[in-house]
Amino acid sequence: MNKPFGLLAELTYRCPLACPYCSNPLDLAGYRDELDTAEWLRVLAEARDLGVLQCHLSGGEPLLRRDLVELVRHATGLGLYTNLVTSAVGLSRRRAEELHEAGLDHVQISIQADEPGASDRIAGTPSFARKIEAARIVKELGWPLTVNVVLHRQNIDGLAAIVGLAEELRADRVELANTQYYGWALRNRAALLPTAEQLDRAEEVVQAAAARLAGRMDVVYVLPDYYERYPKPCMGGWAARQLTVAPNGDALPCPTAQTLPLPRANVRENSLEWIWTESPLFERFRGTAWMPEPCRSCDRREIDFGGCRCQAFQLTGDAARTDPVCHLSPDHEIVEDLVRAANSGARPRVEALVPRPHRAGSA
Amino acid sequence: MSSPESAVADAVSVSGRPRLARHVRLTFDPSRERHVLLRPECVVVLNRTGADVLELCDGRRTVAGIVAELRGRYARVAEADVQGFLAGLVDRRCVVIEPEETDGVDRRCVVTDPEAT
Ligand code: SF4
Ligand code: SF4
Repeated sequence: MNKPFGLLAELTYRCPLACPYCSNPLDLAGYRDELDTAEWLRVLAEARDLGVLQCHLSGGEPLLRRDLVELVRHATGLGLYTNLVTSAVGLSRRRAEELHEAGLDHVQISIQADEPGASDRIAGTPSFARKIEAARIVKELGWPLTVNVVLHRQNIDGLAAIVGLAEELRADRVELANTQYYGWALRNRAALLPTAEQLDRAEEVVQAAAARLAGRMDVVYVLPDYYERYPKPCMGGWAARQLTVAPNGDALPCPTAQTLPLPRANVRENSLEWIWTESPLFERFRGTAWMPEPCRSCDRREIDFGGCRCQAFQLTGDAARTDPVCHLSPDHEIVEDLVRAANSGARPRVEALVPRPHRAGSA
Repeated sequence: MSSPESAVADAVSVSGRPRLARHVRLTFDPSRERHVLLRPECVVVLNRTGADVLELCDGRRTVAGIVAELRGRYARVAEADVQGFLAGLVDRRCVVIEPEETDGVDRRCVVTDPEAT
């Protein structure tokens, strides 16, 4: 069995923002009982023993955890490469300096659009100016900076300006990832899925930017998988390379696997080692033995692993089916219908979005 | 003098001076008993010779110099293999090749490599 390379530590689902594409679970209130500092310190040490080398500190907004600096210091002390995935709201100079001193390796800041009006509208709160300020502090402290923008129908037309902004901020990487439809994004899917024409234009912008910025800034672009012929190799395979620990201690092979009707595994009850190597949850879709046709006899089965289990469940009601994104899937017409609807002239470009609630769990 | 970008296109010249890209960490992983390269979005697990090459990539030694040092340790070291290995890591943005100095002489690591000429 492989050892995991990466731990996604979702420290809290509380967040000052209210992005309508947030992949956090709809049931945010169910995660109020967060692991405490001692529990996270233990989880980090167990993860390292298990072979984890990279630790992504995420959420929600990880800066809302008062013990973040302590967790970072512990993680870097264990030899983990630490990456903070943040909205940057709350990344004051003082906090940044403390995190830097604690050894944090990399910072990833999300921006919602290319200009303050649209960015603040999508984030549901005035935050653009603080993000820009925080990005400057990150570079001043000598950190590598990734700017992450989740793309969708309502901001993708500003892609060239988004890349320009990342350049102005001297980002080392810009991640332009189309929305993945989980959690709140699934609820808002109709208003978020871009048209084929929007994607064609985006593709041109990305190619020109990647060529122009080669050697200066990495440009990473992720298509919406509904438009792909083959599904994404979700997490590099179920329980093969990565694991997630949710704020309440639930351990998951993928960050949205809590949506599946599978037994739970929680770090409060079991060691991470048992969870990774033996728990029914992690064993369920490991390898290729579980696969149905057409995956079972497909020569891409070790390339994309039959796609995403959560998406298969969400679209077909059965987590063990081929991801309907795959054009070989017997359920592919579900995805075709969704794409057709997104491209019908009747659908407006900008529609109302359901924001996820702010500060989940503080109510 | 070539820029780092054109160095990527030219593959890796024997007079280039490789070093780890900024923000890339070379470390030993006791649980896998292997050296690894760490970047925000990837992990590269190295074999023993790969780790030896990278430990010599300090931005001062040339590729030819590194090959000469490795020949002191291993019976067979093919320059083309070292170049290919480094080119792969340049592609993955883990290694940067500093261009050769304008006078072409590496004063810190003068080596004569009979097979290079
Ligand atoms: S609301 Fe936005 S910033 Fe907050 S966790 Fe969700 S996606 Fe991230
Ligand atoms: S049939 Fe299954 S394994 Fe083959 S490409 Fe489609 S999803 Fe991947």
